[in-house]
Amino acid sequence: MSDFYHVSSSPHVRSKDTTGRIMLYVIIALMPASLFGIFNFGFRALLLILVTIAACVASEWVFNKIVHKKDTITDLSAVVTGLLLALNLPVTLPWWEAALGGVFAIVVVKCLFGGLGQNFMNPALGARCFLLIAFAADMTNFVTDTYTGATPLAAMRNGEAVNTMDMLIGRISGTIGETSVIAVLIGAIFMILMGVIDLRIPASYIVTFAVFMLLFGGHGFDLNYLTAQLCGGGLMLGAFFMATDYVTSPITPGGQIVFGICCGILTGLFRTFGANAEGVSFAIILSNLFVPMIEKYTIPAAFGQVRKAKKQEGGR
Amino acid sequence: MGSKTFKGGVHPFEGKELAKDQPIVEVLPKGDLVYPLSQHIGAPASPIVAVGDKILKGQKIAEAGGFVSSPIYASASGTVKAIEPRRVAVGDMVKSIVVTNDGEFAEAGYSPCDNVTALSTQEIIDRVKEAGVVGMGGAGFPTHVKLSPKEPDKIEYIIANCAECEPYLTADYRRMLENPQELIEGMKIILQIFANAKGVLGIEDNKPDCIEKLSAMVKDEPRIEVCPLQTKYPQGGERQLIYAVTGRAINSGMLPADAGCIVDNVETIIAVYNAVKLGKPVTSRISTITGDAVAKPGNYLYSIGTSYAELIEAAGGFKTQPEKIISGGPMMGFAMFGVDIPTTKTSSSLLCLTKDEVAEIEPSACINCGRCVQACPELLVPSRLAKFGDNGLSGEFEQWNGLECIECGSCSFVCPARRQLAQSIKTMKKQVLAAKRKK
Repeated sequence: MSDFYHVSSSPHVRSKDTTGRIMLYVIIALMPASLFGIFNFGFRALLLILVTIAACVASEWVFNKIVHKKDTITDLSAVVTGLLLALNLPVTLPWWEAALGGVFAIVVVKCLFGGLGQNFMNPALGARCFLLIAFAADMTNFVTDTYTGATPLAAMRNGEAVNTMDMLIGRISGTIGETSVIAVLIGAIFMILMGVIDLRIPASYIVTFAVFMLLFGGHGFDLNYLTAQLCGGGLMLGAFFMATDYVTSPITPGGQIVFGICCGILTGLFRTFGANAEGVSFAIILSNLFVPMIEKYTIPAAFGQVRKAKKQEGGR
Repeated sequence: MGSKTFKGGVHPFEGKELAKDQPIVEVLPKGDLVYPLSQHIGAPASPIVAVGDKILKGQKIAEAGGFVSSPIYASASGTVKAIEPRRVAVGDMVKSIVVTNDGEFAEAGYSPCDNVTALSTQEIIDRVKEAGVVGMGGAGFPTHVKLSPKEPDKIEYIIANCAECEPYLTADYRRMLENPQELIEGMKIILQIFANAKGVLGIEDNKPDCIEKLSAMVKDEPRIEVCPLQTKYPQGGERQLIYAVTGRAINSGMLPADAGCIVDNVETIIAVYNAVKLGKPVTSRISTITGDAVAKPGNYLYSIGTSYAELIEAAGGFKTQPEKIISGGPMMGFAMFGVDIPTTKTSSSLLCLTKDEVAEIEPSACINCGRCVQACPELLVPSRLAKFGDNGLSGEFEQWNGLECIECGSCSFVCPARRQLAQSIKTMKKQVLAAKRKK
């Protein structure tokens, strides 16, 4: 028997999970929010979703062609970016601005930094902030046929009362995917059950934010105010779907909690003292920048390591 | 579920159904026997026979090369044909004694011990050492060294590693079902050395019949108990097993004895029994010959030194041409490019797969998903360590505790980007350790 068999380093078996499958789970998890957005804002919401997804996928494909890199659109990450971006846009946004946002997300935020896994900032949020600065008026125009008022958080800021039940269900104005807390949470529960995310980042984010608002929000313990703050401004969408972005959040378990706290404090800060009433996007992308530093200081102790430290001290 | 376990770990496809119900079958060697002089951790053994010598089965042919070393015995009678380098399962060329098998199996005399309880600690350890007993689960650490800790009084647990967490392997399972008495007697012999210890048989709960059988058998043994363990890879890793059984965590800088533990595999404990009670050296063992390429997957008792090719023949040969052949289990075993390789004391299994599922894997970019972090039983960050390894950053590698890696492969197993994390980490670990030795 002189046949040559395959040789490789162990292990010789693999699980069935793939990057594409994880991305598919995220897409499925975003479906309730997307469908509610289409129901809430009408057909144009669907159009914007399709436009941003197409822009993201196409620009990734073209970019890889131009720089002679392997085609990566099958990993579905561009679809996730496009969908998330669309859910963060007001339904009234001109379609070409949305498309430009998609191109910015993929080319500038992701591909120029080396593609999937290398970007330091969440592409969808990076693009949203780009659009907020470039097309400030369009990006804050939440007036539709159904909703003529300001977003609940902006309304609250002006001293108006808001209906928190409407905010839970999502019958309010806002970006396409952020309005329904229930729809977002259904998706979040799906992701947790499928093992896509765990609670470290979202829980530490939301709890920190709630505590911050209690202490510094200026309303003391006002349940109605606190609920509105938690339900509004895309906090839930941000906490479960964007702060948990693998690439731009810490990989260390301790770092994830620090990162969530960081997001929570910044969101609270921006909402309480900032110029506009939201602030989730800016809080997350700013926190993204702290990730390398957070990781550096949260290197997990290895199994049995504490005892090793003691032993070495004793021995020397 | 009352079963104990550790943090992290993975659940690979078990594949044990293939061979689990096949009783142990004895295989006699036909061709030459090859005895590599390094089949254990520590100094290689030194030959005490010369080319042309006639030798008997059970005759010592190589003497231990130091304290951390182990002698080697012939497993069949015949004539020494050569002492030359031969290829072994891990791929290296190792100096080996080659013996032509005369097919007579003339056996040397052994000196059994009628009254084991009368033996002193030193006598037991000497008998274990003389018989060439090493860790037969795969590591090959000389057992007499394990049994000689600095402070024997501080040993509180003798743990029998009956986890058999590697997929496909069923040799230990069969041993527990077919030779439970030897296992328990072997455990008692070890307990005799350690007055303050209790014996624990750690068995994964995918083997309920073993748990039941051994529990019943040790019911009246005050010093031995069965500890059911969760079925999770790498439950049989030494550090993971100790943690599951005792709640004590050890790291790479410590020995199990530092946590008051000694861990031995099923096959090793049976070898201790054979050595102390029967005076028999280690010349045979059980391996699972399995995989979807093998005609008759099963558990075979054979003479150590037999070539894998003969074992495959004994298992009915290949029913389908295999693509990959692995010595050991699929998680930590070594892929071999041929089967004309000798078995050794540590050959726990031969896995012949018709499809090499790793071959078609195309690694993609790490998305930082952290699945490797969840899976790592050593609580490391494998994706980061692999990156440091690929970039030759030894300082960062050590800072992120890369040297604690037990090379279990759980990280590569779970990686959705199909990255060869374990390979990168193992390579870097070797380099860092080699650099440390130089200093």
